[in-house]
Amino acid sequence: MSETFEPLIVGFTCNWCSYRAADLAGISRKKYAPNVRLIRLMCSGRLDPTFVLKAFAGGADGVLVSGCHPGECHYLEQNYKMLRRYTLLKRMLAQMGIEPERLRLVWASAAEGNKFADEVTAMTEEIRVLGPLNWNGIDHARQRSEKLRSAERPPSAPEKTEKKAKPAAVAARPAGPPAGKKPATPPGGLKPPGPGKPKPAPPPGAAEVKSVPAQPATPGEVES
Amino acid sequence: MSKPTFAMYWAASCGGCEISVLNIGDRLLAVDEAFDVVFWPVAADFKYDDVRGYPDGYIDVCLFNGSIRNSENEEIAHLLRRKSKVLVAFGSCAMAGGIPALSNLTTNEETLRAAYLDNVSTYNPDRVVPQPNTTVPDGEPHIPVLYETARSLDQVVDVDYYMPGCPPEPHQIWAVLETFIQGKPLPKRGSVIGAGEVAVCHECPLQKDEKTIERFYRPYEVTPEPGRCLLEQGIVCLGAATRSGCGALCPQVNMGCRGCYGPVDDIGDQGAKILAAIASVMDGVKPGKTDHEIEQDVEAGIETIADPAGTFYRFGLAHSVLRRARKNGRTNGTATRLEIHHEENQY
Amino acid sequence: MLPDRHPFVNGTPKIGVYVCHCGTNISDKVDVEEVARWAAEKLRHRGVIVARDYKFMCSSLGQNLIEDDIREFKLNRVVVAACSPHLHEHTFRTACARAGLNPFLCEMVSIREHVSWVHTDRAEATAKAKELISGGVERVRHHVPLDPLHVEVNPNTLVVGGGVAGIQAALEIADSGQHVYLVEREPSIGGHMAQFDKTFPTLDCSACILTPKMVSVGGHPNITLLSYSEVEHVDGYVGNFTVTIRKKARHVKEDLCTGCGICEEKCPRKVIDTVFEAGLGYRKAIYTPFPQAVPKFPVIDVENCTYYERGKCKACQIFCPTDAIDFDQQDEMLQVQVGNIILATGYDLFDARRIPEYGYGRLANVFTSLEFERMSNAAGPTGGKIVLRDGVTVPKSVGIVHCVGSRNHRYNPYCSVICCMSSLKFAHLVKERTGAEVYNFYIDMRTAFKDYDEFYQRVLNEGVHFIRGRVAEITDAVRMPGEEGKVIVQVEDTLIGIQRRIPLDMVILSAGLEPRHDAKEVAKRFGISCSTDRWFTEKHPKLDPVATMTEGVFIAGAAQGPKDIPASVAQGAAAAARVLSRIGQGGIDLEPIRAVVDEARCSGCRICNSLCPYSAVTFDVDANVTRINPALCQGCGTCVAACPSGAISGSGFSDEQILAQLDGILMLNIESGDGATRMPELVAEPA
Repeated sequence: MSETFEPLIVGFTCNWCSYRAADLAGISRKKYAPNVRLIRLMCSGRLDPTFVLKAFAGGADGVLVSGCHPGECHYLEQNYKMLRRYTLLKRMLAQMGIEPERLRLVWASAAEGNKFADEVTAMTEEIRVLGPLNWNGIDHARQRSEKLRSAERPPSAPEKTEKKAKPAAVAARPAGPPAGKKPATPPGGLKPPGPGKPKPAPPPGAAEVKSVPAQPATPGEVES
Repeated sequence: MSKPTFAMYWAASCGGCEISVLNIGDRLLAVDEAFDVVFWPVAADFKYDDVRGYPDGYIDVCLFNGSIRNSENEEIAHLLRRKSKVLVAFGSCAMAGGIPALSNLTTNEETLRAAYLDNVSTYNPDRVVPQPNTTVPDGEPHIPVLYETARSLDQVVDVDYYMPGCPPEPHQIWAVLETFIQGKPLPKRGSVIGAGEVAVCHECPLQKDEKTIERFYRPYEVTPEPGRCLLEQGIVCLGAATRSGCGALCPQVNMGCRGCYGPVDDIGDQGAKILAAIASVMDGVKPGKTDHEIEQDVEAGIETIADPAGTFYRFGLAHSVLRRARKNGRTNGTATRLEIHHEENQY
Repeated sequence: MLPDRHPFVNGTPKIGVYVCHCGTNISDKVDVEEVARWAAEKLRHRGVIVARDYKFMCSSLGQNLIEDDIREFKLNRVVVAACSPHLHEHTFRTACARAGLNPFLCEMVSIREHVSWVHTDRAEATAKAKELISGGVERVRHHVPLDPLHVEVNPNTLVVGGGVAGIQAALEIADSGQHVYLVEREPSIGGHMAQFDKTFPTLDCSACILTPKMVSVGGHPNITLLSYSEVEHVDGYVGNFTVTIRKKARHVKEDLCTGCGICEEKCPRKVIDTVFEAGLGYRKAIYTPFPQAVPKFPVIDVENCTYYERGKCKACQIFCPTDAIDFDQQDEMLQVQVGNIILATGYDLFDARRIPEYGYGRLANVFTSLEFERMSNAAGPTGGKIVLRDGVTVPKSVGIVHCVGSRNHRYNPYCSVICCMSSLKFAHLVKERTGAEVYNFYIDMRTAFKDYDEFYQRVLNEGVHFIRGRVAEITDAVRMPGEEGKVIVQVEDTLIGIQRRIPLDMVILSAGLEPRHDAKEVAKRFGISCSTDRWFTEKHPKLDPVATMTEGVFIAGAAQGPKDIPASVAQGAAAAARVLSRIGQGGIDLEPIRAVVDEARCSGCRICNSLCPYSAVTFDVDANVTRINPALCQGCGTCVAACPSGAISGSGFSDEQILAQLDGILMLNIESGDGATRMPELVAEPA
């Protein structure tokens, strides 16, 4: 069974324009690829090329840099500085064997939620074609999927099957609740919408986790 | 009372570090008087087996220069680490990879091909390339295995101190050795010694102003105005991102600093820092232009920097975040990384 | 385990993670209980000692959860995974502060706008939420307690622009007892409103309603009116601006001039008045723009004055009874200290010459709206008579074209808001005064506000013809009989679906509103931004239209976007209210996101010196180091990223914080099954 490679993209956005563009995409409920993880900077001019390099070296398959349009920077002209750094960095990355498509610059004003979303989706597809970067040969996707599983998952059949069937080197998407099989019933049962009572505070001293009622054989708390 | 023991070893090195030690001049006699030299391939005829025979920690101070490029370098690095109390990564190569680490921008295959095969001045009709193991009538010679990736000393063993420079300047070498000779206390383990604590600009006598650079020039293309910061005049100088200690020798003779003293304290990636600094002060944004025109203007200015990777990581590629160029990337199937590399190298 | 680059500040980390359901907004796509569980387990070794999920973290009950935990477990860091920090960062910071934790030790992670609202796959969304929270946890470990920077607020205010918005703002502030400097570029205040004849929908005489305000300004003890002046330079920061103003030389001594007007009468030089009379009439070389000008002092137009050209004449000086003329007067540079600035610089009219097919500038009887205002004004060059360009003939047919230069992708895509109403007003005035046939060529009729649509109905009932279509061409090229000597409007009448050619005596172009030609330079001078259209950018288009992103600088009136007089007045008053509230507080707290230079590490390379648009970065030549003024610094971080020695750090967005967040997102802080957690080392490899 082959699973499609899901690129991991780290995005650097500026507080005033592109971060708000991402917010607007959310407010508009515009759907886009779930592959980007955003880091907020005050200004795209804060972008240190070291961040980009560390992102690639640490497991990202792509890096998105986004800021206000030239001429509209909240701090007047700092995005121009970022543009210059980005241009030079991209040249250097090409020399290091990192394809230019992996570093992408998107100008997005706070009103361009759709544009931001579409760029993320487009970038995801481009990098999917390029394949995982796996800098230094480490299969980051596989490591990620392991790290994303918590031990507290109810030992239901779908999880066991998934563990057995997982081939070694496949870039599987991390497991949450078994993907697609169960309906979206979170452990603990459906709760009616509306403000609920706060759950009683667990006894002090223990490493706290909200107790999961009515789960057979699964202790609700993790020891400290 | 026996004298403290001294060793100096060259791994993937040019020999310049050794010369620089010799350049401390008369004071070499003081070194000879103060130390018992127990291993120094350039100067004395000790063998590896001698070193293997020493007790662990026997060598009080070992200056290890050269990067780790082949299996012999690595083996001796481990050996000398065991046998040394204080192991100093001496010179840019041991500290951060140095010039040999520039081979991390390519592959062994390319390197060997350039040296032995596709080379107009090499006559090699049988297309022989060195191998780690060969059989010849007289026997089976083994030569060290050439690693794909050159590394710094601290990427194979624990290092006690770093002395930057290509080579470290004689007056700095003497300052460090004097500290050992006089038994003065050493700084915290892991420190950089024999160098300053701020960037080269601090030592550089050229006049510095606010910088806005239109474009860059190759050193042969322009005669710099005397007394004025080279970077401002469009000559690539890494001094702002390079640790001081050398006395800013190169800028004073109109050559931009090449960064051999490594990054200023605590900075992760010297190349990234100088890239950010240089790019930030480039001009090229004129009012009234569209987004696209601005991007083109910026590209045109940036294009004047030849070989960013080789320039910004000239001495420190092994210590950079990415450490080496990727060997097997694809670029939409149009060109392999190797081909891109050739396009970039417009020597 | 990832080695910490810097030791954790104040003890061992005790981090609380709070994951909000936001009703079902987050929980329907993100398994929030699982996320909290995962954080408690997988990030425990990073200091997470409590992880909760709750329906509405921003509610008082939700906030209590955090506050109780802080007190009970002595939490020293808090991560809230919920909506966007732009909504509730302040809420949670305040909650932490109430419980005794420095508010800047709280970090928000957006898992709603950035996750649950935009992704469909629950597994993907949950995974992303986990990674983002991991990033937040790593980042918050590097947060340090910060205190806002408190600055005093100078109670003086600078208002730039003496149009109706600026006048309103100045009067509001001055009436409250605070001092205002009102700077106006032209010789008199009044702006465009002073040029109009009647104002819609009431048909009040514009000057009649404006001049009392102008007089109040002129005589107000709390207003220093600096007319014929421009702001050259602004230094400083909110509460403490130092503004350099150039008071241009009028060549009239204000302390001696009585405003008698004899100089103007006697001046022999007539000049076409392109500013106030919109090119339709004349003024003298020494002039006041209009009779009700405030201040009343005239000004000499040096470029058109015989004395300055040839050294002759001096009629004004000869006849001035108080010897107030001073040909050698120089510009004066003033410096004022103010705490807040209101920009009310107004608009420019779209230059209709840019639409050559409309014939403005070529065809004599094509007028712009401002020209028509002057013509129709009783104090204007025609004494209020509506006549053709020959100054005599009364038109029998007049066309009024809406949307000239507006709603047009070739010129300005936006709607200029006031042109439909002013076009209706023109229609009414023309009908009333000439009885001519009037045609309004419109695209949509935009009559949205109080009594506006009623006005439209009234004009409809007056027998004005309305043709719905964008005018294609205005020409004098005759094609059919009856068009000789006329200005012909070619238009598609979309409601009946045919092309029409309508010969008219006069055409009025309702030209759109544009930002001032130098809006971008002005914005830069005051440290605010413009949109690509060059209207000043407000802080929030819905909730904060008079503030800008720059603390201490406000905007009002048409400079923020096209609007009518009531809206301009309202914004002027709103900006004044904001300023007065600042003055009332006496001081203001600035966000402590600043860059700081570690002078011991600064090598004097000066790379950062050219990077700051706020002049916060200065070089001390003697000490050979760069310094950053914390009050001027706006915290963008550009210098932090550019410093090649790492000598500049950015509080709130330091390298350590950002890199830690990156590590957390990539989950390098968590061990994987095969034990490899660090940034992978290269292993020795055979060739």
